[in-house]
Amino acid sequence: MGFEVIFKGKNLIRLLAGLGVAMKISIISALISILLGIVLGMLMALKRPVLGAILRFYLEVVRIMPQMVLLFLVFFGVTKATGANITAETASVIVFSFWGTAEMADLVRGCLAGIPIIQYESSKALGLSRLQIYLYVIIPQIIRRLIPLSINLITRMIKTTSLIMMIGIVEVLKVAQQIIEANRKSDPHAAFGVFAVVFLLYFIACWPISRLSKYLEKKWEN
Amino acid sequence: MNAEIISSYLPLYGKAFLLTVQIGWIGIALAFLIGVICAFILFFRIPVAEKLVKCYVELFRNTPLLVQLFFIYYGLPAIGIKVGAKVCGAVGLGLLGGSYMTESIRSGLEAVPVIQTESARSLGLNARQLFIAIILPQAFTISVPGIIANVIFLLKETSVFSAISLMDLMFTAKDLIGLYYNTTESLFLLVVFYILMLLPVSIAGSFLEKKTRFKMFGD
Repeated sequence: MGFEVIFKGKNLIRLLAGLGVAMKISIISALISILLGIVLGMLMALKRPVLGAILRFYLEVVRIMPQMVLLFLVFFGVTKATGANITAETASVIVFSFWGTAEMADLVRGCLAGIPIIQYESSKALGLSRLQIYLYVIIPQIIRRLIPLSINLITRMIKTTSLIMMIGIVEVLKVAQQIIEANRKSDPHAAFGVFAVVFLLYFIACWPISRLSKYLEKKWEN
Repeated sequence: MNAEIISSYLPLYGKAFLLTVQIGWIGIALAFLIGVICAFILFFRIPVAEKLVKCYVELFRNTPLLVQLFFIYYGLPAIGIKVGAKVCGAVGLGLLGGSYMTESIRSGLEAVPVIQTESARSLGLNARQLFIAIILPQAFTISVPGIIANVIFLLKETSVFSAISLMDLMFTAKDLIGLYYNTTESLFLLVVFYILMLLPVSIAGSFLEKKTRFKMFGD
């Protein structure tokens, strides 16, 4: 079946290191996305006409452009247009942050819009100041809704970063291909075992995180 | 940007566009079918099948399409199951999409308020009438936004087909950039064709969402 190849030499460690490369890029992009997304989401909630239109356009671009196309645009297009030397890693962090920020901003906007107006009015009636309203009433509720959603964004980020192999970064899929090529003579069935393990590795990486997200969502449902 | 180059590339992109759209929509149809069947299995709690569906949904929701396609296209032939690139693309997309559709449709079915079921029962509807006349229409309305989001997501996912050497839009763009180095024109056409593919769906989706929303009961 080809599972023996995995345990030959350093193959398993190489696969894990490959997954590490993808993970590193996804974690960096996820952090940037969450931070920028919170800021942009709050700006969207302000409902300023011009700013709102620009942000809507940005969201719409991200909504309909596949991440793969964005990756090509930055990696091939920007380098061609400006002559700048962007490494594949930098290009992928830029693209995934660009995508993730839009997703996060939309989540933040949705959460803010989901807070019933009665919450603001009741707080005001109780004599809270504007700062107190946000600090004690609105922000705690938003954080409870946002944390599961942001965790979910991280798993989506991990899944999306598998695309980096298409612009030549050596990550887990590329390592898998190399291992299969190296063992083509000795084990012609290696492809099944190796790709099954890659499949499983991704599942092990994402499943606990999405479970956590679901658990928190259920727990904090009011 | 050179208009002559663009017009000479157009037929190539047109062909790739048709292929991408074709496989994409076959995959989506398959995903919807799998989603409906699996959601019903979950909703009616059919003993063994329920466990299997749960495993399938978790497995495919937590892995990227690229990895799934590599497994189907390069992994399965090693144990004797050979599939062509087109079939692999459609089936891969269908399996990935099926897991997402299952979740959307199931949550729609479960979101129908209990009082609806109880009222229908007290009015004397039997189980079949209850499901077809009361639960299904309302569940569908609730599921529509999720289904539309999934369709757009799946159409975007078609961009990884080039990894299994399907001559799709991404493949064509990459090929042309490699051959002639007309990066600007190739990328421009790539973006144009993806807009052509997704913008109508996005607009139609928002329209459909608005159309179905008013049918929600009590909202």
